[in-house]
Parts: sequence; C-alpha cells; structure tokens
Amino acid sequence: MQAPAIEARGLSKTFGAGQDAVHALDDVSLTIRENEFFTLLGPSGCGKTTLLRLIGGFEQPSAGDVFLRGQPLTGLPPFKRPINTVFQSYALFPHLTVGQNIAFGLEMLGRPKEERAARVEQMLALVKLQGYANRKPAQLSGGQQQRVALARALASQPKVLLLDEPLSALDLKLRKEMQIELKRLQTETGITFVFVTHDQEEALTMSDRLAVMEAGQILQIGSPTEIYEHPQRRFVADFIGETNFLEARIEAAGSGAVARLACGGALALNGHAGAAASGEPVTLAVRPERAVIAAAGAEGLPAKVGAVVYLGTDTTYHLTLADGTPFVVRTQNSAGARLDLASGAAVTVQIAPAAIQRLAD
Amino acid sequence: MTAASRKRFLQIAPAVAIIAFFMLAPLGLMAYVSLLQKGVNGGVVWDQHTTEAYVNFIFERDLDDSLVLNIDYLRIFARSFGLSLLTAVLALAIGFPTALYMAMQPEGRRNLLIFLVTIPFWTNLLVRNYAWILLLRNGGLVENLLRWLGVSDQPLGVMYTPIAVSIGLTYSYLPFMVLPIYASLEKMDSRLIEAAFDLGADRRRALTRVILPLAMPGIAAGCILVFVPALGAYVTPELLGGGKSMMIGNLIQGQFGAARNWPFGAALAFALLAIVLLAMMVYLLRFRRAPAVP
Repeated sequence: MQAPAIEARGLSKTFGAGQDAVHALDDVSLTIRENEFFTLLGPSGCGKTTLLRLIGGFEQPSAGDVFLRGQPLTGLPPFKRPINTVFQSYALFPHLTVGQNIAFGLEMLGRPKEERAARVEQMLALVKLQGYANRKPAQLSGGQQQRVALARALASQPKVLLLDEPLSALDLKLRKEMQIELKRLQTETGITFVFVTHDQEEALTMSDRLAVMEAGQILQIGSPTEIYEHPQRRFVADFIGETNFLEARIEAAGSGAVARLACGGALALNGHAGAAASGEPVTLAVRPERAVIAAAGAEGLPAKVGAVVYLGTDTTYHLTLADGTPFVVRTQNSAGARLDLASGAAVTVQIAPAAIQRLAD
Repeated sequence: MTAASRKRFLQIAPAVAIIAFFMLAPLGLMAYVSLLQKGVNGGVVWDQHTTEAYVNFIFERDLDDSLVLNIDYLRIFARSFGLSLLTAVLALAIGFPTALYMAMQPEGRRNLLIFLVTIPFWTNLLVRNYAWILLLRNGGLVENLLRWLGVSDQPLGVMYTPIAVSIGLTYSYLPFMVLPIYASLEKMDSRLIEAAFDLGADRRRALTRVILPLAMPGIAAGCILVFVPALGAYVTPELLGGGKSMMIGNLIQGQFGAARNWPFGAALAFALLAIVLLAMMVYLLRFRRAPAVP
C-alpha cells in the first residue's frame, strides 16, 4: 500500500511553560491520503492552524512526528519541505510583480529562466489571470490576490498544499466561486490539499474527508456524509448543522434495543445506536430533517408546537416535548407536503431508528 | 477663495510664516555674507560685494594676482565625504542587524529596546566624546583589554586618527540608522518571511530577496540621516580627531573663529548645503518615484 501523503503521530504542541502553558495540540494522530482534499474544521482556538503550521514546519512539535509519504519531517525547516502554504492574508511579496511572485518558488529551486517563464504563464492560465503577470499585488482585488497566492503555492508542484482559511477575507459570492475553483484546482493538479476552516458549510462542500477539532484534539474524522449523518460526539453534532439532543437510558440492549427518554416516551434503536449496555444513560442525536411530524395521538413522542419558521425551501417547527425539551423538525416545502400547524397545536414526533445517533458523550 | 478655505489659510499662516522666517532669513543672511568682502578684524564689510569667497574655495590668489589651483579645501571636503560614507556604512552594518533583531522581538520587549537605543541621546554629546577618548587613547580601556586578551601589546594608536573620528561618529548617529530601518521592518508582515521560507528560500535568500528590498526605504532614510549630520559634524572630529583630520564642520568653525574670514565660512556652508541637497534628491528620485499604492 502507498504511504499516506501526510501522517501525524502523537502530535502535541504546547506554547509557554508552567502555569501559563497553553496546550494548542494534544496528542493528535491522523492520516491524510494521497490526492485528497482534507479539511481541518473547528472553532477558532481549536488547534487547527497549529496543526497546519506543524505540517508546514513553521512550528516544531513538543512531541510526536509528522511524516510525508512515510518520511519523517521532524527538524526540517519549511524551505526543505516539499509542502507549500496559502496564507490567510495571502502574504504576496509587495515589491515583486505577480509573475515574480509566482516564479519565486521555482527560482529558489534553481529552475532555469525559460522554464520559470513558461510555468508562470501556465499557472496564470490555471487561475484565470492571464495578462496580469506585470501587475503589482496591490493593484489586484482580494479575489485576484487569492488566485495569485494559489498560483504561487502551486507553481513548484508541491506534494502537499496547505491552505490556512484562505477564503475568510472574501465576500460571500466570491467565496462560493473560490470554493468551486479550489476543488477544480485540486482535481486538476492532483495535489493533496489540507484546508483549514471554521466554516462548516465550506468543509462539507469541498472536502473528501474532514477532521473536526476542538480544544487541541481531533473528535472525529470522516467523509462529509459520515460526519453529518453519523456524528459520534455531542460537539461534532452541534458544530455541524442543527441537531436535537435527547437524554435517554438504554432499556433493552442488542437487537431490538429500546431507549427510554427523559421526556417519557421510548424510541427503538438500530444496531449501532443500540450497542450499549442496558441501563446505561445515553445522549441521542436526531437531525431536524430526519424527524417526522404526525397527528396528535399517533405512535411517537407527544409534543406541542411553538414557533413555525418559513424558510422558503423548507419550514422549521420549534416543538416542545412532554418534559419541556426543545425539539426542532424541518420539513421540505415540496408540493402538498406543507403542514398547516398553528402555534400551540398538539402533535406527535416520529423518529425512525435509522435517524437516531447515539453520542459518545 | 471661499470663506472656509480662507479661514483654514489664516489658521496655518502663523506657523508657515514662522517656519519660513526662521529658515529663509538665516539662509538669506548666509548667502549675503558669502558674497561680501571680509573685514580686517573679522566680520564683513557690508557694502563691498565680491565672489572672492567662492573663488578661494578652489583657487589661491598669488602675489601677482594670478589664480593658482589649491585643492586643500577640496581635500577636506573629500575627507569629510569619505569619513561620512564610512560612518554610514559602519552604522548600516551594525544598525541593520540590530533593527532586524528588534523587529523580531515580541511587542513588549520592542518598546524596551527602542528605549535602550535612544538612551545615549540623553547624555551630552561632549561627555560621550570624552568617554570615547578614555576608551581609545593609548593606555586606555580598549588597549588594556586587547593586552589582557593577548591580542596585542602595542599602543593602540587610534586616537586622533580618522578611524577614531569614524568610530565616534558611528556611535553618535547609530540611532538615526536603527530607528528608520526598524520602522520599515516592524510594519512588514512576518508572514512574508514565512512565505519566503515556505517557497524554498533559505535564511540568506529570505534576507536578500524579501527582507532587504522591503527595508530599503528605511535603509535609505537611515543612511541619509547618518551621512548628512556626519558630513557637518564638528564636536567629534574636534575631540577624537584632535584637529589633525579636519572635517568640513571644523573648517567652517575655523573661518568664523581663528581665521576671521566670515565670507569664506559662509561659502563653505553653502557648498555643504549643496552636497546635502544633492544627497536628498538622489534619495527622492530613487525611492519616492514608485507609485504609492494603498
């Protein structure tokens, strides 16, 4: 089997010492495959940028190692790593032209002038900035600077490209464009992208796989579908999309497992969610679009309708369960599917076993 | 002129008038004095106009009234020029690494370092120069240190040479080099250096290809701020040069003092001013022509 593009083993990074020590990264291990668009997702301060800087060589780990295609990178300075970075602020050299910026990496590698010139043209075409080679970065818009930063980082054909929240400075429309653009560049160049963001939507739309981070640790790694459909931790379920949390106790374990909810009702669980010891207290997660509202008296959890929010493509119903637990249900406004519910109406919430995730915390 | 702009003009007029008066009046007086006949016991004869002072700069009037080339004064100018250049180069060699180190420090420590760099300014210039005499003289601190280290047991012999003058000037004007370079390095985005490393530049090339070009306006400003006052320096060449390696400043002082030739002193001062203005123009042409893009 081919060695992974990037492998981190037991990475820790502590800033400061003694009482003021900040554990930015705490024993993190992960594997990033070749040609993968991998995203590190988390709130600010979760350690995602620190992890990126450890891979890039801008910081040295307090413990653990980073491997590139099986080779340890420990101790190698950034200029000896075949890894390039797109910085959040782009960090284009203001005294050089766009062309000189893009050629910088090739020049440092000692490539001949003709090759550099050809490569600059090629890169400008790739990021759709033909004819801009002689401009200075300050004469470009934010989106154009972003493209130059990408071209510069890709020009020397790194094995891995690191992107540190590169889209955060762009406005919404441009950001959407660049998301598609980045995905296209990644597919066309076949270079492994490691992308850092705090924007869950960005992470879901672009990534092949993503790692959700919090407080210096990786909580879950998986494809966007896995992360969204099968969150393992409360933080992951909460950070990505909307989620209803239900406190429950396992009543019957194994196949045909049942969870007795704090609100009084009971829910049938399927294999994975039911794989817990009988009597164990658990937290269940249910996505708002996976629950169904039925007429009062039907089998399910009795609830009362609170606010009804119409969102165009779908409608959100804010319900309250018997014990006061809030529960949100979202239904698509497809033809004839719209429920006509007034605030205060009594309804029943039905949740299929497949829609229920048991969380580890 | 609208009422508002007239009001604005009146508000800044006093400041402009004061600056204009205190800059133009002495300059005009000097220009006038340089074109007068010198008085027998110093001073000038106010109603006898002559360009003799400017002629004297390059020529000597022989007994038979013919002009003979005299390069003594040009030599002093050339020496001043060379010493000032050496001073600027030494200050740059010491000042740039200092400024770079300062700019790399965390915020709090930077302010402390700026404070330390400016501390010598608070000591009297004479006192600082006498301190250098104690350090550099034969049998002084530096000589004893070298002897103790076993480097040399000869008398130092630096005192009253151009080298001593250059050391003194470098020391005096070093903050003028450090501060502008620091200012240009400090506002530089540290990510640019990281980007250079990231793209394969080692430390040397990150320095030459990214840091130095971006610090260039600060370096140029620092060089001028050191070169110009060094060119007109008086105290340091007087004390550390012992009058043996005379510089322009001492020459001018001598004309107004012992030589009692005010017109010639004024003419020398104008020659110095011309050189300084030339240096400024070179700087402006070289570093201000680039379009200031926001």
